[in-house]
Amino acid sequence: MRHTISVLVENKFGVLSRVSGLFSGRGFNIESLSVGETIDRSVSLMTIVTTGDDQIVEQITKQLNKLIDVIKVVDFMDVDHVEREMVLIKVAPRKNDKSEFLKLAEIFRGRIVDSGPATFTVEITGDEKKIAAFIELVRPYGIKEFVRTGKVAIAREGVKRT
Amino acid sequence: MKMSGAEILIECLKREGVKHIFGYPGGVVLNIFDVLYDEKDIELILTRHEQGAVHAADGYARASGRTGVCIVTSGPGATNTVTGIATASMDSIPLVVFSGQVPTMLIGNDAFQEADIVGITRPCTKHNYLVKDINDLARTVREAFHIASTGRPGPVLIDLPKDVTAGTAEFKWPEQVSIRGYNPTYHGNKWMIRQAAQMIAKSKKPVIMAGGGVVLSGAAKEVKELAEAATIPVTTTLMGLGGFPGSHRLSMGMLGMHGTYYANRAVQDADLLIGIGVRFDDRVTGRTSAFAPGAKIIHIDIDPTSIRKNVRVDLPVVGDVRNVLRDILKVIREQKGQWEAVRKSWLKQIDAWKKEKPLSYTFDKKIIKPEFVVEKIYEISRGRAIICTEVGQNQMWAAQFYKYDEPRQWLSSGGLGTMGYGFPAAIGAQIACPGKLVVDIAGDGSIQMNIQELATAVVNRLPVKVAILNNGYLGMVRQWQELFFRERYSHTRLDTVPDFVKVAEAYGAVGLRAVKPPEVEPVIREAFSIKDRPVFMDFIVDWREKVFPMVPAGAAIDEMIFDEEEKKPAKKLKAVK
Repeated sequence: MRHTISVLVENKFGVLSRVSGLFSGRGFNIESLSVGETIDRSVSLMTIVTTGDDQIVEQITKQLNKLIDVIKVVDFMDVDHVEREMVLIKVAPRKNDKSEFLKLAEIFRGRIVDSGPATFTVEITGDEKKIAAFIELVRPYGIKEFVRTGKVAIAREGVKRT
Repeated sequence: MKMSGAEILIECLKREGVKHIFGYPGGVVLNIFDVLYDEKDIELILTRHEQGAVHAADGYARASGRTGVCIVTSGPGATNTVTGIATASMDSIPLVVFSGQVPTMLIGNDAFQEADIVGITRPCTKHNYLVKDINDLARTVREAFHIASTGRPGPVLIDLPKDVTAGTAEFKWPEQVSIRGYNPTYHGNKWMIRQAAQMIAKSKKPVIMAGGGVVLSGAAKEVKELAEAATIPVTTTLMGLGGFPGSHRLSMGMLGMHGTYYANRAVQDADLLIGIGVRFDDRVTGRTSAFAPGAKIIHIDIDPTSIRKNVRVDLPVVGDVRNVLRDILKVIREQKGQWEAVRKSWLKQIDAWKKEKPLSYTFDKKIIKPEFVVEKIYEISRGRAIICTEVGQNQMWAAQFYKYDEPRQWLSSGGLGTMGYGFPAAIGAQIACPGKLVVDIAGDGSIQMNIQELATAVVNRLPVKVAILNNGYLGMVRQWQELFFRERYSHTRLDTVPDFVKVAEAYGAVGLRAVKPPEVEPVIREAFSIKDRPVFMDFIVDWREKVFPMVPAGAAIDEMIFDEEEKKPAKKLKAVK
C-alpha cells in the first residue's frame, strides 16, 4: 500500500539525513520526499510517500517517531486530506499539433510557463491521478523533460491531527 | 563569569555527577585535556586505544547503571570509537562520547584529522550533536546525558570543534531539559495491563522471557515477584542474564540458539509468552514463523519500535518494564489465584525436560574442557563475580555454565557481538566497582583484539582477571565450519598464538597457565588472590569442544542439535599440541 506520511521535524542541519538514513538503513522505500519550513521557522515539514504492508508502515512511523528531532508523524492513510504535486513538463509538439496540445493543457488547467520555437513548458498541479492522466495524454506529443516536486498533503478542516 | 568551552564542558560533567572519564588525547582536544590536568573531582583513565576507551565506558555503565563517558580526538580518534558506540547502541547502554573536531572554519575542507563523525555515527547513536556555538554547549551536554540515560538508553555523541572548546562564554546551566520530540512512555496503558493480568490468569502453560530491558530498568525484583506470585517459569535472553536469579527453582536459563533444551521446549510448548524488555532478536527466535506457535504473546517494552518488529504480538504494553510489572502485580495479587496447583503439571513437564537433557559436557581427565573452567570460576567466585565476555564460544559457555543471580553481573556484547569487548569492559567495570571480583572470560582470538589495554589495567593497578580459553582457533566459526562446511577450516586456525603468560609479564601483569585439568583450580585460586595487578590465566583447552545445544540458523528453536561426539574415535584429539 502507498502511504503519504507527514513528518514535523526540528529545522536543524542533519535532520533530512537522519530521516533519509533511517529509510535506507532499514530498507524502507521512499517514492518521494519534499521538505519546507513551516510558519514556525524552527520547524520543518516533510511529506514522504512510501510503500509497504501494514507491518512495515507501522515500523516506519514508529521509527520516525523515535528520532529525537522528529516532533510529530501523521500517516494520511486514515485521515481525510488534500494532496497536491506540481510537475513541470517540457513538450515538443509538431507544428500541426501545437494548438491541440495547448487545448489539452488548458483542460488540465496547466499554465505555460515557458515557450520557444520548439518546446512548451507546462506547469501542472494536482493529485496523483490527475498528473498521471496528463502525462499519459501528453506522451504522444513528445516529452523532452519533466520534473516533479513530490507530493505535499494537508488534513481537511475538522480533522484532528493526532 | 566567563569560562572557556573546555571549562564549561568539565563543569557540566561535574554537575552530571561524572567521576570517571575514559579517553585518549589528541590535537583538537588539547584544551579539554589541559583543564583535566588540574581537575580533582574527575579522573581520566587513559586507555591505549580509543576502542578500549568506549568499551571501558560501556563496561562502567553496565556494571554501575550510571552513564559512561569518554573523550577522544577528531579523525582517527573519533572513528576508532565507532565499534564501541555501535556495541552500546545495540545493547541500549547509556554513553556520552565527546569527540574533538577541527575548528568550525575548517569543517568540510578535508582538514588534517577531520572526519564527519556526526555523519558516521548517525545510525549507531541514539542521537548526536555537532556544537557549532559555544553558547549551545552546556545545554547540549545536559540534553545528551538526559537522552542517553532515559527511555530506552543508548549512546549519544557530541562533536566539539576546537574553537568551541578554546573560545569563552558565560556559563549558564539549564536546570530543566525539555526536548519536544522526545517523550518516552513510562507507564503502561491501564486497559492493557488489566488484559495482561487476565491473560496470565487464564493461561495454563505460561513462560516469562526476560531481556536486557529488565536489567536496564532495574526490574529484576519485579520479575521475581511476578514469577513467584503467579508461579511462572522464567527464561532469560543473553542480555537478560542476571535479570532473574539463575539458581532460582523457576529459572530455565537462557533460550535461543545456544539456550537450554528445556527453555526452548518450554517456549515452543507454552500457551502464553510474556516478553519483558526484549526485542525478539533472531538469535532468540530462530525461524520466526515457527516461534512459540501455541502461545499468545504479551510484549512489554519501553521502545514501541521493538513491538511487532520481528514477531506477532497479541498484547503490546509500551512502558518502563518496572512500572508495568508493578501495575500488573497489583492486579494479579487481587486475584488470589491458586497458582501452585494450576501450574503443577506445567512445572512437572519442565522438570522432566530438565532431567531429559540438562546442560552438560563430558569431563576429561587429560585435557581441559572449557566448560570445566567456567564451572570452576563459578564455584570459586561463589557466583558473585562480575563476568565480562568476549564473543564466540567463550561467551556462550560463560552464559551457560555460570549462574547469574544478580543484575549487572553479566557484561557481554549481545547485539553487535563485538570481539575485543570483554577486556576493556572489565577494566571499566573494575573502576566502577573497585571491591568486586571482575573476570573476563575470553578466547585466544578475541583477547588479541584489545590486548593493549593490559597497560591500562597495570597502570591503574586493576586486579582484573582474564580467563583465556585457549583452543588455538576462532572456535565458534570453526564450530560452524565443522558442522555446516564439511570441516573445511578456512582461516580459523590461529597458527601463531602468542605466549599469553609472557605477554602479561611483559606488561607488568601476572601470567598463569593451566595445561591439565588438575591445574585449573590452583590457577584460578592464585589469580583471585592477586589484588594489585591484572592476571592472565591461559587455559589450554580441548579445541574440538563445541557449544551445545545448538539451533542451526533458520531452524525453529526446538530443532536443536546436541553433542554426539562420544561415539567418534578420538584420533583427531591427538593432533593437538
